[in-house]
Amino acid sequence: MIQLEGINKTFDDGSEALKDINLHCNTGEITVLIGPSGCGKTTTMKLLNRLINQSEGKIYFDDKDITNMNPVELRRGIGYVIQHVGLFPHMTIEKNIGVVPRLLKWDDDRIKTRVNELLNMVGLDPDTYGQRYPSELSGGQQQRIGVIRALAAEPPIILMDEPFSALDPISREQLQDELIRLQKNIQKTIVFVTHDMDEALKIADQIVLMKDGVIVQQGTPEEILRHPADDFVKDFIGQKRLQQVQDIPTVGEVMNEKPVTIAPGRGLAEAMKVMENKRVDSLIVVDGNNTLEGYITVYDVTQAFDNEDQRVHDIMHTFRHTIHTDLLLSNAIRMMNELQTPYLPVVKDESSLVGVLTRGSIVGHIGTAYSSIKEGVV
Amino acid sequence: MYDYNYFSVFYKRLPDLLETLYEHVIISGIAILLGCIIAIPIGIFLSWTSIRWIKSTILNITNVFQTIPTLALLAMLLPLFGIGMKPAIVALFLYSLMPIMKNTYAGFESIDSEIIQSAEGMGYSPLQRLLQIEIPLAVPYIMSGIRLTTVYIVSWAVLAGLIGGGGLGQLIVTGMGLNDQPLIIAASVFSMILVLITDFLLGTVEKLFSRKGQPEKQNV
Repeated sequence: MIQLEGINKTFDDGSEALKDINLHCNTGEITVLIGPSGCGKTTTMKLLNRLINQSEGKIYFDDKDITNMNPVELRRGIGYVIQHVGLFPHMTIEKNIGVVPRLLKWDDDRIKTRVNELLNMVGLDPDTYGQRYPSELSGGQQQRIGVIRALAAEPPIILMDEPFSALDPISREQLQDELIRLQKNIQKTIVFVTHDMDEALKIADQIVLMKDGVIVQQGTPEEILRHPADDFVKDFIGQKRLQQVQDIPTVGEVMNEKPVTIAPGRGLAEAMKVMENKRVDSLIVVDGNNTLEGYITVYDVTQAFDNEDQRVHDIMHTFRHTIHTDLLLSNAIRMMNELQTPYLPVVKDESSLVGVLTRGSIVGHIGTAYSSIKEGVV
Repeated sequence: MYDYNYFSVFYKRLPDLLETLYEHVIISGIAILLGCIIAIPIGIFLSWTSIRWIKSTILNITNVFQTIPTLALLAMLLPLFGIGMKPAIVALFLYSLMPIMKNTYAGFESIDSEIIQSAEGMGYSPLQRLLQIEIPLAVPYIMSGIRLTTVYIVSWAVLAGLIGGGGLGQLIVTGMGLNDQPLIIAASVFSMILVLITDFLLGTVEKLFSRKGQPEKQNV
């Protein structure tokens, strides 16, 4: 975990670059620093590998104060990727990737193995590309090398300073996808600087929005989109993106709030009767406190019907997935599709049932949305 | 007065020609060597320091040496170093400073600041950065500075003959005194060939240093 406490930075010319920055970057997550140019995002990042030293405040990596560490040693333990790649033009790709391991005095075989492993990781053939020079590679390939060079010595922390901003849109998308894919496996603590909101929303676990040397808002992409702190944040996110989120309803707005339920102690004949009356093929099982227990289907009931001793809880299945009311409908629909399930129970406080999202309720919602557009309400 | 023509002069005066050729190589060689030893570190220092007035002072001083007429400089050095090789070497050394230094400086300045920053951020110590990143990247510039300078110095070294410094210039001065045209031509041809050979050899070395992937080198 990276922790910044009460950081102030005043440059020699008297300009205040950072004012009272407090920040946590969780281990294994991507924290994106974003803001207009001159907001202090890059300065904040450079504090972490001590390319810049703070005027006031403390920085901790896993509770170790980094001001007490030798900057050169510190930097060798941090991966670093910069905007214009920064590959060394006089070294082959292989040499470039092996830079930090060589500085750390790994033996040659180990470096070689690691370099090949990394090249394969981003789909570049070591035999083809290892002996080439950076100028013989395309921009996208060079930046891939830049990224894996930062990973070479397995640093727990990686700093990325607008790494994809100089690339064409297609390569940028590819590299973002690749970063997300890599991160699933490597689980590094990544601090990523960008000025591109789409990029931030795509890759971030946590977004830190900065302006004029202060943090304006920090939170998950979802939180920032849903609850922008002020007009600056709204402007920066852009009306279009906000609109998109606001147009998509949440599960809470669409769900059926009166699901057909049954208590676990009831008999099967009773369950059959409820299904008949309500014209449903399954029942959600909740106890007296409305705590979700599971579900039964009409198939289960007919199978066990002859056994009069059986109760609902005997033939009940538990739910493997539940959703919350504030989940976006679009995400919920995707989940239902992936799980191939006709409905999902909606809970609050982990297990208290508040509704159910069914295909019927989704269709119903779409129906109302379309008719209101027709009538010119929206 | 002399018993040779434009062709036979080459073998009749061969011992003299070879001896002065040898002196010529020594004079210009030492001057260049000294020039490199002094000018390259100064060039590196110039690119490292951020103090303006030091930069401009050093650049101006070396520029001034460059503008003094060669003959005048040689004459001025006579009282200080006497006659012979010494003042010649000193004068040529002073001339070599500026181009070598400027090319070294340009070589370091040409390195993309992103590369320096990336090296620093990855944990190179300042000395490692100088030796493993900056010098290798600046070498093509430095080499082309040395080559350029050497060609100048070798041809200027002829003037050393005027102050008794030896070298091929000595034979030309003698030839002028005795109206010995063939000798003048022979010494000149030797000097020209020496320049061409030096240029060729250093050009080859330069190519070795400017490997693939290096930024294009430029002369200043």
